[in-house]
Amino acid sequence: MYAILAWRNIWRNPRRTIVILLAVIIGVWSMIFLGSLMRGMETQMVRNSISTLTGSIQIHHRDYRNDPVVENSMDDIDNLDKALSTSLGQGGALWAKRIRVNAVASNARHSGGVILVGIEPEKEAKISFIGKAVTSGRYLKSEDKNKIIVGRAFLKKFNTKIGNKLILMSQDTKKEIASKAFRIVGIFSAESESVEKQFIFVPISQADGMLKMGDKISEVSIILPRLDITGKEETRIARKLKAAISNDTYHVETWQQLLPMINAYLEMSGFFLYIWYFVVFVAMGFGIVNTTLMAIFERMREFGLMKALGMKPFQVIKGVVTETFFLLVIGITVGNILGFLSVAAIARNGIDLSALAAGVEMWGIPRKLYPEIWAQDVAVAGLVVLVLGLLVSLYPAFKAARFTPTQAMRKY
Amino acid sequence: MAIVEAKNIKKTYLQGKVKVEALRGVNLMVDKAEFVALAGPSGSGKTTLLNIIGGLDLPDSGNVIVGNNDFAKMNPSGLASLRLHKIGFVFQAFNLIPVLSAIENVEYVMLLQGVPKTERYDRAKAILDDVGLEKKYDRRPAELSGGQQQRVAIARAIVSGPAIVLADEPTANLDSKTGEGLVLMMEKMNKEKNVTFIFSTHDNMVMEYARRLVTIKDGLIVNDEKKN
Repeated sequence: MYAILAWRNIWRNPRRTIVILLAVIIGVWSMIFLGSLMRGMETQMVRNSISTLTGSIQIHHRDYRNDPVVENSMDDIDNLDKALSTSLGQGGALWAKRIRVNAVASNARHSGGVILVGIEPEKEAKISFIGKAVTSGRYLKSEDKNKIIVGRAFLKKFNTKIGNKLILMSQDTKKEIASKAFRIVGIFSAESESVEKQFIFVPISQADGMLKMGDKISEVSIILPRLDITGKEETRIARKLKAAISNDTYHVETWQQLLPMINAYLEMSGFFLYIWYFVVFVAMGFGIVNTTLMAIFERMREFGLMKALGMKPFQVIKGVVTETFFLLVIGITVGNILGFLSVAAIARNGIDLSALAAGVEMWGIPRKLYPEIWAQDVAVAGLVVLVLGLLVSLYPAFKAARFTPTQAMRKY
Repeated sequence: MAIVEAKNIKKTYLQGKVKVEALRGVNLMVDKAEFVALAGPSGSGKTTLLNIIGGLDLPDSGNVIVGNNDFAKMNPSGLASLRLHKIGFVFQAFNLIPVLSAIENVEYVMLLQGVPKTERYDRAKAILDDVGLEKKYDRRPAELSGGQQQRVAIARAIVSGPAIVLADEPTANLDSKTGEGLVLMMEKMNKEKNVTFIFSTHDNMVMEYARRLVTIKDGLIVNDEKKN
């Protein structure tokens, strides 16, 4: 009967109850909805960054990242292949080798610094963005000779087109200037214009020949079947790989180590999300306390009667807290439903951020934002509202319990 | 053997900055199954005395013993427990919980006592039948007349088998016919259930039905008359 009494009490003043319910519903809805936008942005940032050549894990010579020159290449390819097959073979992971060096690209009109990436076209297509990014012309094939694909923004910058030649120059392994002419066969588009300007792709055999690599490579990029935004799975596999490679000159690094700024942003953003939850709750909490206090002062004589009949103070507190519990459960449930519905409404088409794209592309923030609900965020939002809501209701509950029966019946 | 012993009870209240001596040394002994009216004008101390006997308030000095329970040796939790099990209350107004039906209001005390659900319902039903509300179990207080509400309050006060029932001006908000009907009901319960009734009133009609009339004036008992 305590539950029946609590339930009926909250509907004694339906208007007031609906107002406080709306506050809780809107609060919870905002936590879920804004949280989903934030998580969607985080996931897409990481996905974009990983697919833009970073990959889930990379293997390099230990000095390569500080100095990406051909001298810092890996030559123990058989060992690498064996380590990759034994560590990753069964798990659905994919990998590809690359040669990646700084180079100068030039044509009759323009010249500028670029990053030359020699790729295994068929394998690379499965692990990075480039396989689906070619929008004009065609993608590369392994057997292509002197063929190159460049970004749309690069094409514009160099005022060139498909079919035209491009000269690439870099330093080879003999410390001589190596140069080669390539013909543009395809144009790719990327999320970020800087990627389009910076990277140019040729078959790995062509880069190897030009730079006299002798089958050495700059890096191996690995993509795992599922993205773990916490990075725990990547770390585990990286450790396994490192043990399998057993070559101290080779470093195995996860995307978190390769993208420290994004990693730092992710850590901060999670923290800010929970601060947002707290702020929403504080605003909601005042409403809960205020409404509960009003309800209690209106019923003070009734509490006096109940205590006169023999109700103990903790039973009064239990009654008031039970009323708040019902309010919060209804508010959390409806808020969650609204949250899920609003996320579902925009999940298919996303939110168009292209107007902001130029300002935020360096972070990998996508042009279209798709929300993502995380179970832990829903649980935390619900728990924050429920636990803190019950805690703040203790103040009015203790107030109701404190009055003696005669004080309550006389004063009110 | 007295079921209520109140010895030299004194109580002073502060009304704003003014001290009001509500009781100035009251002595009262009530035996089991008595039907006692406390009579007196407004401000004479009737309600204060009832509150003190009921453990709702504590005297500044003096002693109260109800059913061998010495209030001086009890803490607030003990007093609450005593009220729950030994003392029934009927107030002048705001007697019932508005969101509970008549039968739920009667069950409420038994709920606090921990009586099982089916037994609660059966006992509540029986006592409501006794007070003539057999067709009103599911009515909320707003759907009952003033007299019916007070009957429910009496039913609630008696259902747990208390040693005493304290009623503070139970007929004050009722018309004379309804008030008379209520007093007759209380008298019936007193005789059938052997429950001691102590009620305050300044209604002469109600005083007629009391078998003992205690008159209070200015915080002191000025007359204590047993009728045949």
